[in-house]
Amino acid sequence: MKRTRPLPHDPALYRRATVDAFRKLDPRILARNPVMFVVGAGSLLTTAAFAHDLVLHGWSARTAFGGQISLWLWATVLFANFAEALAEGRGKAQADTLRNARRDTPALRLRDAGVTEEVSASALLPGDLVVVEAGRMIPADGTVMEGAAAVDESAITGESAPVVRESGGDRSAVTGGTTVLSDRLVIRVTQEPGKSFLDRMIALVEGAERQKTPNEIALNILLAGLTIVFLLAVVTLKPFALFHGANLGVVVLVALLVCLIPTTIGGLLAAIGIAGMDRLLRRNVLAMSGRAVEAAGDVDVLLLDKTGTITLGNRMAADFVPLPGVDRAELVRAALLASSGDETPEGRSIVDLARQQGGETGEASRSTLSALSPLPGGSGQATRIPFTAQTRMSGIDLPDRQLRKGAADAVLAWVDGLAFPGMSNQDAAARREEAHRAADAIASRGGTPLVVASTVAGVLGVIHLKDVVKPGMRDRFERIRAMGIRTVMITGDNRLTAKAIAAEAGVDDFLAEAKPEDKLHLIADLQKGGRLVAMSGDGTNDAPALAQSDVGLVMNTGTQAAREAGNMIDLDSDPTKLIEIVEIGKQLLITRGALTTFSVSNDVAKYFAIIPALFAASLPQLGALDLMRLSSPESAVLSAVIFNALIIVALIPLALRGVRYRPRGTAQALRANLLVYGLGGLVAPFVGIKCIDLLITALGLV
Amino acid sequence: MTPRDYLQLALFLGILAAVSPPLGRYIHHVLEGGRTWLHPLLGPVERLIYTAGGVDPDRDHPWQRYAACLLGFTLAGFCLTFGVLLFQDVLPLNPQHFPAPSWDLALNTAVSFVTNTNWQAYGGETAMSHLSQMVALTYQNFVSAAVGMAACMAVARGIARAEAQGIGNFWTDLVRATLYVLLPLCVPGALLLVGQGMVQTFAASFAAVTPEGAIQTIAVGPVASQVIIKMLGTNGGGFFNANAAHPFENPTAVADFIQMLAIFLLPGSLVFTLGAAVRRPRHAWTVWGVMAAVFLAGALLTAHFEYRGTPAMAQAVAATSGSPSASAPAPAAASVPAPIPAPVPNMEGKEVRFGVFASSLFATVTTDASCGAVNAMHDSLTPLGGLVTLLNMQLGEIIFGGVGSGLYGMVLFVILTVFLAGLMVGRTPDYLGKRIEGREVTLAVAALLLPALPLLGFTALAAVGWGPTALGNAGAHGFSELLYAYTSSAQNNGSAFAGLAANSPVFNLTTAAAMLIGRFGVMLPMLAVAGSLAARRPRPVTDASFPVEGATFALLLTSVILIVGALTYLPALSLGPIVEHLQMLEGRLY
Repeated sequence: MKRTRPLPHDPALYRRATVDAFRKLDPRILARNPVMFVVGAGSLLTTAAFAHDLVLHGWSARTAFGGQISLWLWATVLFANFAEALAEGRGKAQADTLRNARRDTPALRLRDAGVTEEVSASALLPGDLVVVEAGRMIPADGTVMEGAAAVDESAITGESAPVVRESGGDRSAVTGGTTVLSDRLVIRVTQEPGKSFLDRMIALVEGAERQKTPNEIALNILLAGLTIVFLLAVVTLKPFALFHGANLGVVVLVALLVCLIPTTIGGLLAAIGIAGMDRLLRRNVLAMSGRAVEAAGDVDVLLLDKTGTITLGNRMAADFVPLPGVDRAELVRAALLASSGDETPEGRSIVDLARQQGGETGEASRSTLSALSPLPGGSGQATRIPFTAQTRMSGIDLPDRQLRKGAADAVLAWVDGLAFPGMSNQDAAARREEAHRAADAIASRGGTPLVVASTVAGVLGVIHLKDVVKPGMRDRFERIRAMGIRTVMITGDNRLTAKAIAAEAGVDDFLAEAKPEDKLHLIADLQKGGRLVAMSGDGTNDAPALAQSDVGLVMNTGTQAAREAGNMIDLDSDPTKLIEIVEIGKQLLITRGALTTFSVSNDVAKYFAIIPALFAASLPQLGALDLMRLSSPESAVLSAVIFNALIIVALIPLALRGVRYRPRGTAQALRANLLVYGLGGLVAPFVGIKCIDLLITALGLV
Repeated sequence: MTPRDYLQLALFLGILAAVSPPLGRYIHHVLEGGRTWLHPLLGPVERLIYTAGGVDPDRDHPWQRYAACLLGFTLAGFCLTFGVLLFQDVLPLNPQHFPAPSWDLALNTAVSFVTNTNWQAYGGETAMSHLSQMVALTYQNFVSAAVGMAACMAVARGIARAEAQGIGNFWTDLVRATLYVLLPLCVPGALLLVGQGMVQTFAASFAAVTPEGAIQTIAVGPVASQVIIKMLGTNGGGFFNANAAHPFENPTAVADFIQMLAIFLLPGSLVFTLGAAVRRPRHAWTVWGVMAAVFLAGALLTAHFEYRGTPAMAQAVAATSGSPSASAPAPAAASVPAPIPAPVPNMEGKEVRFGVFASSLFATVTTDASCGAVNAMHDSLTPLGGLVTLLNMQLGEIIFGGVGSGLYGMVLFVILTVFLAGLMVGRTPDYLGKRIEGREVTLAVAALLLPALPLLGFTALAAVGWGPTALGNAGAHGFSELLYAYTSSAQNNGSAFAGLAANSPVFNLTTAAAMLIGRFGVMLPMLAVAGSLAARRPRPVTDASFPVEGATFALLLTSVILIVGALTYLPALSLGPIVEHLQMLEGRLY
């Protein structure tokens, strides 16, 4: 995974977050976070007690203590608010940029008779046809009905290179707020007014529509439950102490409560979730819901299209296989000549490979071929035969011979009709048989065989075309496997080809000869087995499968139907990003779990700091529990409260960045995280509280 | 501790480890309707009960219906017991002509027995008629244990089943648990105890002439048959007030050992019933291992503190014997300027026949499991020995725990552990393939909170209200007595710390409320969890799933039990046994 900047460095973000931290003190906002609400209420109580003391008794060591506790309790709430505001900050900044693109532009609406009228973009309704000329902004989301144009989508994707949008096919969707650079488009509007992609995007990045995810809700319930349990433990401590003749003040009781309830995770939970969405956004992926991000961490099966995702788009020539008795150089030369008229990507890849391998023979380059400079083997005119779907061959007719290259059965049929001087029929048949075997051998390895033949020597050999797996895919699948996720390659190829590519790319399974509905069935079957499935797609016929999948990543280049069906949109249109998305999802969940564990294990130390301090006067024997040997009861309580507040600040970078994620075995990951966050959470407060105690005592604060 | 003590402990755990897995699988087999060699004999009885009760044994119930049947049955049992107690004076089988108890004592007792608590605010042989003993103790001892087993099986089904509506049939579970599990264990168990000299007769008492020539009435009765179910069913209500310290109720060391095994037998086996239901024996062993480890720690600590005794005792012994100690190495002691008296084991409140270790072990066993039978007075344990018994209960009676309730209580902690730490493997938490979401967490939190509410709440109210006047001791020890009473009732243990005049309306009513909340405040949420999990579509358990077996999980589960379970009560414990111990070291006693 790409390392991103740990924290935004824009000072404006921090200023804005600081202001927002205070704004979030509003009890209506605070009430959404039960843990912080309790801390807020506690702060209010101690502040009231402090004010009461101040008025009645004036300034003293006691009031100073109450004042400091109140201050740090408020700081605890503010730190938590700040973390959330900072996490939201980046999205808000981006939303502001997006808003600039959402200007109300005039639109040319096409009326029945072909006349246009100028209306405001906000007046457009779904079904309206609008005309957009070069240089104008597309007024609304829609589908191209007529024309093709270069469109600048940088307002949304941040990518300045223009993209082509055209009617029909999978490149027909356009987004409001983007600009047509050339030509003219007729677009059918698909959005309701005010519900454009841009509007949704603004709402998403700003977090205005942010809904808590199922796991976040459950965790919030647990944190609220723990808060109530500890509230009970602290409230009952007052009468317990009275039984022993000790009267505990409200300040120390609130301090104990705040230290025991899970403030660390309670304060950072929202920030962790927002930061997770933001990490996706920074990779140009828009998650339409937080639920999708969470599901990404849970994915069990990844469905990946072969073409474009696992392999480069086209087959490439990989090898020349001469028949026995044929000179390899002769085959290479023949293949080169026979492909000179083949403008398909496959044909070009043969020429490229032949040039590399036949370079030493001084063979003519592509340009010399096209100039038809003196051709080897003769001095007359040469005619190039281009590849067609009917003949499935390409070739060249030279004065002394003809060369053909193409699909095995087509070329062999062509050879069959020829007579070769000095070669018996049996020999010819045997050579054809030989060629068949060579072709089958290539096919069985997942390649595509092309046979090369000439009118002089018959079959010369076979060209091995194969799908080229994108570099680095094997490693990525290795990592995915380490996470316990199964990968399935989807392809229209036959089983043999599919199997070979699957083996080469290192995917776990494949679905060959797949039709769009097969994909849907596969997803439904996997889900019936309790698995979560992620896939990427862009075409209209992907839409049902995208809608069915748990994580459906749609390419920004995709059709409107596909974009409606998926729950994530990749603005870069890179299908392999699914892998990163899964990692981000897992990272989000691990961060949440790690900080929860840390927060809960923090409690142990705080007990040993505060309980003896509470009873220092009435039950001095409990001083034996003060393992940290803190300098005074007041210092003990204050140190614990300060630690509790500062640990939130200390963990903000971790919450926003996420814990470092490494793909590895589950048991191993669990042990490592437990050691760091469980044991660390147990030990850290002992050290931290002691240090703070030494510091505040040295400063004379207590 | 002596080598013999270690041997006894090893033998105890060894036998338990050997017997629990097959018995657990057997319980799963019979509760799921499997046939055994007992069926030719008991099958007709089972079918007769179904016919008489109009029960369709094959009908599966959703959790709401299951819980409703369970509550209805419990309510009926409560009414029966309450009525019998209230009218004990006019009902038959009352040879000693005991008067009826007060309404609040009757209510408290009836609640106590239907909730498998067996808190006794009265002395059995001096207050209860034979009919009362038979209905309250014998009948409820069986069925309250069977109810626990049924609820536990329903929870196991909820975890094991996939996309199912039902979690079983309460009536079938109840009948099968009684007929095929409790009865077959009780008959040979009781005979074994009679073989050890335990009393078993229908006579009420006989008169004996003491050496001084006085006539003493010695109560007897059908003791063995009641003792075996009181232990197997983790009920703990004694036939005699002295409970398992009474020679007729615990005649020999072997009988003592058998009784301790009987307490842990079903709670330990039910772990493997869950293992069989979910087909994961390793998970069962892991959970069992956690229980065994916490038990072992508790037993060793209690024994350690009891052997060490108190400084006051040591000084007293040193003063009377004139030498530091016979067992202390004399040459070393001579070089120490002010010899610290050698520790004197704490024998106060212990039966001399059992001694320090067997008493400590029994105290740990009976508080780990929600049994509450005692062979020594817990009030007289050293402060830290008493702390262990309190903590054992406060963890939620899940270290083996009550029959059934121990396991579903432990499942609650397993769910909490999975939820708290499960995210750290990078997936949303699931328990054996079942996702743990808001609903399960809400219910688990309720089950965690509900017993704490009466436990801490009533202790707090009593501490500043009705408590001090009822206490036999002042200060920290008195506080422990109050805390123990509400801990024991809210966690359905039933053992008493004594030293507390508990038979007053306010105590009877508050402990009754605590017992009800403690029992059903955990059971009902856990049944709801079962219903919710049963309906879930499981995701396949793979290498990527959160591992709920092995050492890492065992350590995690133990930590969650200690941090979430114990830290809640640490403030209260600090003001009870902990401060008492620290004061004792300073020479301050209560």
